[in-house]
Parts: sequence; C-alpha cells; structure tokens
Amino acid sequence: MDIMKWVFRGCAALTIVAISVIGFFIIFNGLSFFTHTSLWSFLTGQYWLPSGEIFGIFPMLVSSFFATLGSVTIGILIGVSTAIVLVELLPAKLASILSKMIDLLAGIPSVIYGFFGLMVIVPLIKNNLGGSGLSLLAVIIILTFMILPTIIRMTEVSLKAVPREYKEGAYALGATRLQYIFKVQLRSAKSGIIAGIMLAIGRALGETMAVMLVAGNAVIIPENILSAVRTVTANIAMEMSYASGVHEQALFATGLVLFAIIIGINILMQWIVRRLDRG
Amino acid sequence: MKRKFLSTLALLMSSSVLLIGCSSNDTSTPATENAGATSTPSNTVDSASSDSDSAETDAPTSDTTGNGVSGKVSIAGSTTVASPMEAIQEAFKEVEPNITLEIQAVGSSAGIKAAADGTAEIGMASREVKDSERAEYGLNEIVIAKDAIAVVVHPDNPITDLTIDQVKDLFEGTIKNWSEIGGADQDVIVICREDGSGTRSAFEEIIGLEMDINGVTVSSVSPMAIIQEGTGAVKATTAAQEGGIGFVSLGYIDNTISAVTISGVAPTVEDTLSGAYPISRPLLLVTQDDLSAQAQALVDYILGSDGQAVLESHNYVPVG
Repeated sequence: MDIMKWVFRGCAALTIVAISVIGFFIIFNGLSFFTHTSLWSFLTGQYWLPSGEIFGIFPMLVSSFFATLGSVTIGILIGVSTAIVLVELLPAKLASILSKMIDLLAGIPSVIYGFFGLMVIVPLIKNNLGGSGLSLLAVIIILTFMILPTIIRMTEVSLKAVPREYKEGAYALGATRLQYIFKVQLRSAKSGIIAGIMLAIGRALGETMAVMLVAGNAVIIPENILSAVRTVTANIAMEMSYASGVHEQALFATGLVLFAIIIGINILMQWIVRRLDRG
Repeated sequence: MKRKFLSTLALLMSSSVLLIGCSSNDTSTPATENAGATSTPSNTVDSASSDSDSAETDAPTSDTTGNGVSGKVSIAGSTTVASPMEAIQEAFKEVEPNITLEIQAVGSSAGIKAAADGTAEIGMASREVKDSERAEYGLNEIVIAKDAIAVVVHPDNPITDLTIDQVKDLFEGTIKNWSEIGGADQDVIVICREDGSGTRSAFEEIIGLEMDINGVTVSSVSPMAIIQEGTGAVKATTAAQEGGIGFVSLGYIDNTISAVTISGVAPTVEDTLSGAYPISRPLLLVTQDDLSAQAQALVDYILGSDGQAVLESHNYVPVG
C-alpha cells in the first residue's frame, strides 16, 4: 500500500514538474528578448519585420482576438442549441447516436480540420466572395467546427445535471417546455456552460496547425473578414524552424504573451465559475 | 508537510531534467568524433590532402571509391538543400555502402547553428552565411551547387514574361492587378515564404525587395502577401490561386504551376550556369575544421564529377 502511495505522489509531482519546466523554459527564453524591444512596443508595434529586427505583435493579437471572438460567438449559438436539442427535444436513441458523432468530431486531429478547410472552405470563399479565400472568415469557420464538441459536451453534461425536481416543479407551475428550458434549465446550468465556453476560448486561441493552413498568414490588422490574418500561435509555428538570434527570442516572447493570456483566461474562468456557483 | 514534500520533489526532478538535458548535449559531440577517429586510419592521408579550403575553391578530382570508410554522418539544415542531399544519399550508398547519412531538414539558420555547436557534423544552408554568423561561428563554407529560383504563376495566367522591375513591383504590391501589365483583369495575390527562409532572403536580395525604415534594412514584400511555410505550400497555393505569383526552387516546378521567363530568359540549368538567368543562389554545406573521414568522403563525392552529375540531373546547377 505504501508503495502505491509513492507512485501516486510521483505521478502528481510529474505534472507539477512538467508545468514548471515548460513555464521556466518559456519565461527564461522569452524574457531576455525584452532587453531588445520593450514589452509595450512589442505588444503595440504594428510591424513584424524580422529581417530588420522590428518586432510588433499587435496585428496578430487583433487577429487572434477576432478569430476567437467570431468562432466562439457562432460556437455558442450553435453549440448550446445543439445541446438543448440533444438533452431535451430528441428521442433518446437518436440523441445518443448524434452524441457519439459529436465525440468523433472532437477526436479528429487539427491538421485534418486544416486540410478540410484548405480544400473545401477556402475555395468556397474564394469562388463566392472573392479574394484568395485564405482569410479570417476561413479561420473562424474552421475554429467553430473545432470548438463545437467542447461547448456541446460541456453544455449537455450540465443540462443533464439539472435536478429532475426543477422540471417537475416548472411544469407543475404551468411552464411550457421552452419556458422551462430557457428560464429554468439553462439558468441553473450556467456555470457548467460558461466553463465550456472558457475551454472553447482556450482551444480557439491556442489552435495552430489548422489555422496556419487557412489563414494566409499576412501580418496585417484585418480590414474585413476576407483579409488574410496571422494569429499569435501561427506566428510561432511558422517561423520557429528558421529563426535564429533575436528573431528566435522574439518568438519565445510571443509564446510568453500567449502563455500569459491563456493563464489569464483560466484564472478568469475559475473566478467566474466560483462566483456563479455561489450566487 | 505534504506540500513541502511535493515542492522539494518538484525542484529535484526539474533540476535533474535540466541536468540530463545538458549532459546529453555535451556527450553527443565527442561520441560522433570518436566514432570517426576509430575508423580513420586507412583514410587519413586522403582527408588531410583535400581539406575544406581547397574544396571551397574547386572540386577535387580524386574519386574516393570504396576505400573502406564506415560510419555515420549527421547532416542538418535547409529544406531546400535536403532534397538534393537525399538524391546524393541514394547515389552515395552505391559508392560507400558503409557510410550512413542522417539528413534532417530543419532550415538554414538551424543548420548553421547545428554545425556550429556540433549537433550535426555538416550543416546545410540555402543562402549566404550572414556576416554575423560568420563572425560568431567561423565555419567552413562549401558551395555544392547553385539553385535557380523561378518566379511562378498559375498555369492559366497569360503572362509568361516579366522583368526584374515588374517582379519587384508585383511583390511590393505596387502592381495590384494583372491587367496593369497586360494580363487578365485579376487581382494579384502575392505568395511568399516566411521570414527567415533562405529562399526568401536570397530572392529578396536578388530582386532588391529591400527598403529602409529608420536606418535598418527590412523586407519590402507587401504586407498583404500570403505567407506560406515551406516551398511546397507556396507551390500549392500558387497552383490554387488564379491571380497568384510566388517563387520556388527550380526543382519544384511541374505542370501545376508555370515559371515565367525573366526578360526572355527561362530558368534552366544552362542559363543559370551561364549567368543569363539572374535569380540564383548558392547551396552550401557548412562544417567545422576537423571533418571525420566519412564526412570528408561525402564532401569529396559531392564535389566530384559523380556527385555533381547527380545534382545536375535533379535540376541543380553544378559548380565543379
């Protein structure tokens, strides 16, 4: 028994080690960059020109923000609706089939999403809306597909967790089915749904491979939804293999900024969920 | 109590991980050198006579066919150079069956760095070694071939000839529509490699895609340009965009894209060799001073007539 205790402790420690080594690695490599460019001009700089050692990631932050905002907004609308249909409206058998298909969607590797986007979504945009098709819109569509399973699954679980008594009580008071769903069930499930949304934001923000394939990767502040964009993550993945010197440090610093944003979102998520649970 | 235990454990393990990381780096270099040293005796004279200085200026004529050298040569660097090196690897296997090559395509900068710190014995670069790198690492540079960079457009594009100035204007975004230079009424979509790419920096230098901002020279490629990672992606994107224009190594050209002539000269091996085709760059191997016997045999083979023939058959311009 004692041995197992140590094994468990060891496993727990391993996680901590992994997190701290990764964190240490990024911070160590990223921080030294800020002797070259100040944090402020790094975050607000409009130009990313590694050939002249000019590093500004503002256009990428904006692109990442819009890509995440767009996909999460659409994802919430479609995802929450789907979860409601799954839990409350569809017959159980059909719902379980659909549910399994959604699980399948979650298991598809991101590069496959990217390939699908490049081969299907991008030509579709190019032929119908003009431009090159490699655009913010393509990124938003692909990211929406990718975060849907997370939102649906989390919403589904929390909707199911609403006590049966609530439903009986609502119906006893004369509520219709839709009134019950929107006024009782969704409200009592909100902390779980929001946790799902936060996870989806993290996924959308962190997704790299699929985004890189369809984004066009031009470092500009998107003028419209058909502009080519480069996200923060794509920037790192795209240039890391060839970067050296200050350029490499700048990419680590980009990673550091991303790391900070993700940590911020996690803390925000925990805070919101705790608040909602209490209230 | 528990927390204290965990944190000490975490510290211990993280430090040990770091230590392991360091020590394995240190040991890898001498290990390969030792492997080279033990198998050298039959070849010491040969490797001493043709050191990398002479290799840089001219190809040595001696064919080192099957002189019993064996071992491993680790090669890392440019993706562009990796593809002819793989062709070399095939042919070299026939000549020296006991030498195995390990080729890793990681990019020019990484390749130069790998050769400098000993992670790889030979680095590959598809651009000139920068002055800063030359000063920092002091590596030997061996030009194994030249590579023409072709300006490519979609096969349906009626434009088949451009001048250097037009290429510059197209890539800078001054020419926005193909009709401005006599083509179809179609927006120009510039497709470019990512920053740090050897192909890109060579292309920018030759075309003059450079400008000054606050006293530093930066790339003047239009910020609206689609950036793709890797020559293959540039080729695929150009093939998919009717208004697209990009640049790829000569070896990548096939019927999905069409290469334009530059002031009437097509990108071919002959015209690059004669200097008539203007856009070309050297493909380099970089090494430290002391090459192992097997690495020296490889370099000699590449610079010899057989190796150069292999390169030429893959659309690279021979130097020997």
